[in-house]
Amino acid sequence: MEIMDKPLTKNIRPDRVFATLADYESTGGYQGLRKAITELQPKDVQQWVKDAGLRGRGGAGFGTGLKWSLVPVDDLSQTRYLVANADEMEPGTFKDRMLLEQDPHQLIEGMIIAAYAIQAQRAYIFLRGEYHLAKQRLEQALLEARSKGYLGEHILNSAFSLEIVLHTSAGRYICGEETALLNALEGKRATPRAKPPFPLVSGLWGKPTVVNNVETLCNVPHILHYGIEWYQGLARGVDKGTKLFGASGRVKHPGLWELPMGTPIREIIEQHAGGMRDGYKLRGFLPGGASTDFLLPEHLDTLMDYEAVAKAGSRMGTGVIIVLDDKTCPVKMVLNLEQFFAQESCGWCTPCRDGLPWTVSLLKDIIAGKGRIEDLDTLAGLTRMLGPGNTFCALAPGAMEPLQSALKYFREDFERYIAMEQVQ
Amino acid sequence: MNGQIFEGLSLTEIREINAEMSHYEDKTAVSIEALRIVQKHRRWVSDQCLVAVAELLEMSPAQLEAVATFYNLIYRQPVGKTVIHYCNSVSCWMLGSDQVRERLCRHLNVELGEMSADGEYTILPIVCLGACDHAPVAMVGDELRLDITEDAVNEILGR
Repeated sequence: MEIMDKPLTKNIRPDRVFATLADYESTGGYQGLRKAITELQPKDVQQWVKDAGLRGRGGAGFGTGLKWSLVPVDDLSQTRYLVANADEMEPGTFKDRMLLEQDPHQLIEGMIIAAYAIQAQRAYIFLRGEYHLAKQRLEQALLEARSKGYLGEHILNSAFSLEIVLHTSAGRYICGEETALLNALEGKRATPRAKPPFPLVSGLWGKPTVVNNVETLCNVPHILHYGIEWYQGLARGVDKGTKLFGASGRVKHPGLWELPMGTPIREIIEQHAGGMRDGYKLRGFLPGGASTDFLLPEHLDTLMDYEAVAKAGSRMGTGVIIVLDDKTCPVKMVLNLEQFFAQESCGWCTPCRDGLPWTVSLLKDIIAGKGRIEDLDTLAGLTRMLGPGNTFCALAPGAMEPLQSALKYFREDFERYIAMEQVQ
Repeated sequence: MNGQIFEGLSLTEIREINAEMSHYEDKTAVSIEALRIVQKHRRWVSDQCLVAVAELLEMSPAQLEAVATFYNLIYRQPVGKTVIHYCNSVSCWMLGSDQVRERLCRHLNVELGEMSADGEYTILPIVCLGACDHAPVAMVGDELRLDITEDAVNEILGR
């Protein structure tokens, strides 16, 4: 029954390069689509996914079925779009690449079911430009799906038709923000849009649009094929299903593993990643990418559930952990993170455009021995000014998460740099 | 490509750009794809190319320039035959991306963004390539290279 425990990665095997259509079909592939289209109404599919408890795997954790149900479908002649967000660029995150490269049909089936649920006529895969291998595999898989009648006109001889377009991006972190992504798809600079209106009502070219993360969509076929009860039974905590968790940094075995939602962080770092490399101790970790708050060894027993990680003071984010060891300077690590965010800011709103370079320059001064103790108050002030509610999108607030927690947990490291200056 | 007389976009480029248009609601939506197509054939997007693409898509050159300069993978300056993008995001930084950059630049005797004297290489930083379990990593042309040690740098540049 191992296959049933790991629905997302069941086709990913060390003995083959990637899952072809035949491989995918041999383990129940496209059965979820068949059930959805031949047995269920679009509203039923939404309800199944809602009842299963699937939440967005891109970071925000919004209920997927709920999201779909908010799309206006009163006028069936109106164009609607589905977009798969395959613009994986959160530093420290490498989960979607595996799904795209190793089992591309899983995403395609998930997209067709999602498009059916919201009655979209066209769907886009917004793929990171750097993911060349994923592009090749997806192109091949799309051709295979079309030739088998899973995609195109009258899918499985039903009234439902769908075209999927593969769009490769030209690289910018902000494209992962869903409204910025829509601007990029329209051929514009990827600046976020003011909300409301939300994309569910007015998205791509002003039409109702659902944007879902790759991993989220990959869950959908299995919910339809194996059922709600089975899906809920996969989890160990409050949230449902399985999730790709991973770890990078100075652990013995960096990697990616499909595990039940609610798996304790300790198990991921100590068992699956094999603990710290010899000679290194765990100092802290970012639980779900660069834009999540640091947690400490005392938080290792936290479960990888949305609310549990939030209660510990961070976010599950993408669920791929970045480990900080005792020989890496947390201040320099935060500088690296803030340089990333400052570079990737789209420049649309002032707190982000001006605040992030200011943050970088303060951190550089501190590290160079030119810092003053008041700089720590200025940095703390920035975490508030760039925090939630002051910007168009979540980039700057996300950038402030590792900084605010580093100021709380690693303050002595900041102060040591500043004290160094005093004795000189 | 510098110094050559610009005779407009090639028929292949125009055909490829036109083929993309069927996938989008309007011409301007193709702008990023169009720049990538031009870049695929010419390695970078010159001012003349930019103006020609803008005309084809019925956009103003300024509007297209705003797009071209926004995206990391559109080059508005000449680059070498092979662009090496080394990842400088957090996991790779922890495991030695600064050393990878130094080695690459020292071996080729270039600064970041410069073309090597033989026109073969340009080194550029890139954000997280999504292979953090094999840090440090780089993208050599279209190919992802994992676990880059000093030997791997020699091998990348030697082939």
